Amino acid sequence: MTSGNESAGARGRSRAVTALLLAPTSAWYLLLLIVPLIILLVFSLGARAPEGGYAPALQLDNYLELPTRATAFFNTLWMAAGGTMLCLLVGYPLAYYLATRAGTKRTLLLVLVVVPFWTSFLIRTYAWMTILGNQGIPAIAEGLGFGHMALINTPLAVMIGIVYNYLPLMVFPLYVSLERLDKRLLEASKDLGAGRLATFRQVTLPLSAAGLLSGAMLVFIPIMGEYVIPALLGGGKVFFVGNALVDLFLQSRNWPFGSAAAIVLILVILFAVTLYLRLGSRAGIQREVSIL
Amino acid sequence: MDRNEFRDLYHDLRRGRITRRHFMAVTGLGVASAVVAACAPAASSPTPGPTAEPTPPPSEGATPAPTIDVNADWTPPEGVDLGDTLIMTTWPNYHDQKTLDRFKELTGVTVQLNIKGSNEEMLAELLVGGTGWDVLVPTNYTFETYGSKGIVEKLDLTKIPRFDASRYDQRLLSPAFYPAGSKDQYGFNKDWGTTGFTINTKQISTLLTTWKEFFERTQADLSGKVMIHDYQLTSIGSALVALGYSFNSVDDAELAKAEELLVAVKPHLFAITSDYQPAMRSGDAWMTMTWTNDAVQLHRDIPEIEYVIAADGGEIWSDFFAVVTGAPHREAAYAFLDFMATPKVAAQDAIFHGAPLIDSAAIALLPAEATGNKITYPDPASLTKLEFGTAELLTSQARADLWARVKSA
Repeated sequence: MTSGNESAGARGRSRAVTALLLAPTSAWYLLLLIVPLIILLVFSLGARAPEGGYAPALQLDNYLELPTRATAFFNTLWMAAGGTMLCLLVGYPLAYYLATRAGTKRTLLLVLVVVPFWTSFLIRTYAWMTILGNQGIPAIAEGLGFGHMALINTPLAVMIGIVYNYLPLMVFPLYVSLERLDKRLLEASKDLGAGRLATFRQVTLPLSAAGLLSGAMLVFIPIMGEYVIPALLGGGKVFFVGNALVDLFLQSRNWPFGSAAAIVLILVILFAVTLYLRLGSRAGIQREVSIL
Repeated sequence: MDRNEFRDLYHDLRRGRITRRHFMAVTGLGVASAVVAACAPAASSPTPGPTAEPTPPPSEGATPAPTIDVNADWTPPEGVDLGDTLIMTTWPNYHDQKTLDRFKELTGVTVQLNIKGSNEEMLAELLVGGTGWDVLVPTNYTFETYGSKGIVEKLDLTKIPRFDASRYDQRLLSPAFYPAGSKDQYGFNKDWGTTGFTINTKQISTLLTTWKEFFERTQADLSGKVMIHDYQLTSIGSALVALGYSFNSVDDAELAKAEELLVAVKPHLFAITSDYQPAMRSGDAWMTMTWTNDAVQLHRDIPEIEYVIAADGGEIWSDFFAVVTGAPHREAAYAFLDFMATPKVAAQDAIFHGAPLIDSAAIALLPAEATGNKITYPDPASLTKLEFGTAELLTSQARADLWARVKSA
C-alpha cells in the first residue's frame, strides 16, 4: 500500500514537472496563435469603422466579398505549386549529387548552398531587381542579339525570386533522405536486372519521398504567405494574397475584410497540406514526415 | 552649375576647403545674398513664386556678404534635453541628407526616416497607435482627420520661435488649422507641389499633355513602360480627371468608370509604386505619375526627363511638418520643426528636394537657378485646373476599397 502511494506521488510530481516545462510553450501558443486566430475570426465577422479599422458586427458580408480577390488567390496558388515543383526539379539533382557524388567536396558544397543565407533575404531580393531590370539580363540578352525582353515586374521574375530564395529549403531535406539511402539497395536492384531509370523510380525515389514531402511542405507553405518577393519583383502587378492583406490592413484599413481573406488563406493552406499528406500516404510513404 | 555641384561647393566651403570669396564667385550666391538683404525683414508674398529680380551684388569689402550659413541662424533650445533620436515619417526623396546631418551636428540627434508611399499608409498605422513616430509630413487633406482624432498635436508655437506665419501664404497654410478657420494650428508648410507626369523624351518623341493621353497611350504604344502611384488619391484622382470628372469625385458612377479604366490600364503598366525614381533612372520605365520634387531631381540628373502638368487637371498639394501626439522624442521633434522653420535651412534643403517653398524669407534665399526652375515654379496659368485633395478622401471607404480592388485585380 505504502509503495503504491509513493509511486502515485511520484507520478503526480512528474506530471507537475511536465506541465511546468510545457507551460512556456503552451502560453506562447495560446497567446500568439490561438488568441490571434480567435481575434481574426471575430474581426472577419465585423464591419469596417468609418475611418477604417474594426467595428463590431455579426455578418458574413466580408466572406461574400472574397470573390473580388479571386485573382490574388489564384496567383498565390499556382505560383506556390509551380514554385514548389520548380524547386523540386532544380533541387533534386543537386541534392542527389551532394549526397552520392560530391565526395570530399561535399562539406564545401553544402556550405555554398547556405552562403546566401548570410545576407538578408530582403537585400538579396533587391539585388534581383537590378539583375532582372533593364540594365541587367535584358541588356546582356539584347547585346547578344536576342531582341528586347521584359523580365522585372512579370510573373517570371517573381517565380525566379521564389525558386532562388526557397531552393535551399528544398535541397536540405532531400539531401538528408538521400544521404541515408542504403547503397546496397541500389546494388541489389542492379543485380536483379533493373536499369538505371527503373532503379531510380522503384528504389531511390520512394526511399527519398519523405525528404521530398518535407521539402515540398517547407517551400509550399511559406510561398503561400509570400509578400516581399511579389512586392519587389512584381512591381505591385503580380499580386499574392499576402499583398492583398497588406493593402487591406495598411492602406484601405478594411480589417474585417482582411481578416476574412486571412482566414480563407489559412483554410486553403490547410486543405492543400492535407491533400499533400493524403497523396503521400497513398504513395505508400510510411515514414514520418520530419516537419510534422 | 547644377545643384549637385552647388551642394558639393557649399560642402567644401563649410569644411573650409575653399574660401568664401571663391564660393560666392562660383555660385553666384552674391546675387542671392543681395536679394536677402533687399527683402529683410521679409515681406510675405501672396503666392509662392519667383522672387524679385536679382540686383547686382554689393562689392565685397572687409566684411564678407552673408551666405546660407545655418550656424548663424539656428541654435538648439537651451536647457532642454533633446535625446539622441528622432523618427520622421515622410515621403521618398524628400529630405537632403546634409540637412539631417547638420541637425545632428548641432544637436546630437539622429533623424531616422521612415518612408511611406501614401497618407493612407501613414493613417493606417497612426490609427492603431504606438507607432513611436515623432514628426510626420502629412498632406493638406489629412488635417481634418488628424485633428479630430487627436493624431497630431496642436503645435506649441512657443517651441518654434523661428516660425512666423506672416511669411507664409495664408491660403496654403490654412489646411493646418483644425477646426477649419480656428486659431488652433497643427502644422506648418514644408513645401507645395503638383502631381503631373514625367516623360523620358529620348524614348517618347511626341509629348503628352493630358491625363487622358497618359492613360490612352499607356494602353497603346507605351504599354509596359508606364508607372502610376501606389496611392488611391493620385491614381484614382488622375484617372477621374482623364475621364473628365473631378479629381476629388466620390460619385459612385464616376468611381465605377475610373475603376474600369484603371483595371484596363493595369496589365499595361510597368509598375504600381510611389518610389518610381529608380525605374525612371535605369530606363526600365519611360513615363510615370510624378510629384514636383521627384520631377526636379530626375530632370536635374537626366535632362531628357521632362515634367508635364496635365492640361486637363490633377492635383495641387502642400505638405506640412506636424508633431505626432505622444511622440517619444517630443522635444527633439519641436527642435527639428524649429530648425526647418529657419529660412536658411529650408532654402538649403529645397535646393536638394526641388519642391517649391512657401516661406517667403526662405524663397528669398534661394539661388536664381532654383527660383527660375520651371518645374519648381511653373507658369501660374498651368495650375488653374488643379485641385487640392479634399478631407473626405482620406477616409472614404469607396475610394479605399476601389484602390484595393484595382491592385488585386
